[in-house]
Amino acid sequence: MSLARRIIPCLDTEGGRVVKGVNFVGLRDAGDPVALGARYNAEGADELIVLDIGASRDRRPTFLETIRRVAAELAIPLAAGGGIRSRDDARAVIQAGADKVTVNTAAVDHPSLISELSDEFGAQAVVVAIDAERENDHWNVRVRGGRDSAHLNALEWAQRAVSLGAGEILLTSVDRDGTGCGFDVPLTQTISRNVGVPVIASGGARLPEHFCEVFQEGAADAALAASIFHDNVRSIASLKHFLKAQGIEVRI
Amino acid sequence: MKISLIDYGTNNVASVERAFSRLGAECIRATAAEPLLNSEAIVLPGVGHFAALIRALDKENMRAPLLTAIDRGVPFLGICLGLQALCRTSEEAPGIAGLGVVPGSVVSLPKNVKLPHMGWNQIADAGESRLLRDTPSDSYFYFAHSFALGTAHSGTTASCTYGSKFTAVLESKNIFAVQFHPEKSGPAGARVLANFLSLAA
Repeated sequence: MSLARRIIPCLDTEGGRVVKGVNFVGLRDAGDPVALGARYNAEGADELIVLDIGASRDRRPTFLETIRRVAAELAIPLAAGGGIRSRDDARAVIQAGADKVTVNTAAVDHPSLISELSDEFGAQAVVVAIDAERENDHWNVRVRGGRDSAHLNALEWAQRAVSLGAGEILLTSVDRDGTGCGFDVPLTQTISRNVGVPVIASGGARLPEHFCEVFQEGAADAALAASIFHDNVRSIASLKHFLKAQGIEVRI
Repeated sequence: MKISLIDYGTNNVASVERAFSRLGAECIRATAAEPLLNSEAIVLPGVGHFAALIRALDKENMRAPLLTAIDRGVPFLGICLGLQALCRTSEEAPGIAGLGVVPGSVVSLPKNVKLPHMGWNQIADAGESRLLRDTPSDSYFYFAHSFALGTAHSGTTASCTYGSKFTAVLESKNIFAVQFHPEKSGPAGARVLANFLSLAA
């Protein structure tokens, strides 16, 4: 009996639609975040993350409406983010029904945002998302959707984020994201073994073995994926049964 | 049944409200003292910092009517921080007096494990819990916290172990409390809330 490793589907949305790699068999409207959220909730997802990848100011009301409608379908935790730049942005997302907010670029630009959010909502509600790219023997932080370098070492930034009040790190490998060739296990292990909060591994998942290695060798507390679930490559339930057979504790 | 759901501003009461609504129970959000005294049941769904919750209750003068209602036997359910608020004190906020309904102090979980304790964990009970009735013994529940009440208290009916053993479910007469989030714990969590409704009816 111990804490189960979490499987977390991610919905990248823009203008109320899921926009990345959606080819979900059996859904009347495959791009509908509400239908997908309800399905993942029923299939045994441990949590759901909804991101606004457009994150432009005028689209904000649409994103909040998406959160409201998705949250109404869930009996599991919901994290939401994309373009959260202030306490007011975070409050709106939480009031719409999210349990946690994810912050990325704005936290790099203004690290005090992490403390402000942690003080108001509690550390358990603050997920700092880090996009990391390998350079020789270490990883650097990328911001603005991976376009710019933040000139920060990913491990140092993760540790600083935790000291400022982050309750969780969502760690995405820029090198692996979208490739389907597996999580960046050394990156995940380096961060997870050296911070005192849970780490969600992200980027590169395609095969069930990828999840197995990121939990066993990478020491990830949770693993996130999008297209493997959206494209119906593998259901959450069958992935969990595979992991359980490998001796990994999961909630079934 | 009409449930008073204590809404102190920062917590996400909407998900608790929705979870009860799926079970056919109507919640009324209580933001002040007055509705508490006429409640059929009271739910305190806490999230965040111990001090923020206690200060918010005191600011709205809700402490005395809440204690009076509990004393009169109104069924009460505390969730997460709502369990911790029942205790006398918390290491999270030294010097701030909790509700003191439960003799005991909330302490930090040990630092040799990752904190917060976040995710799905199993609990151990002696089979006498009223709140856990009809939940499979291997059920997982969703936790998100760094502080907890130990298990020395006689009201503890189920425990969880993460770094150390702590109270997962507390039951004493009309007082019920859970350290996990039943509103986020899938079908097992819904069962716990349904059991509370039956016990309160």
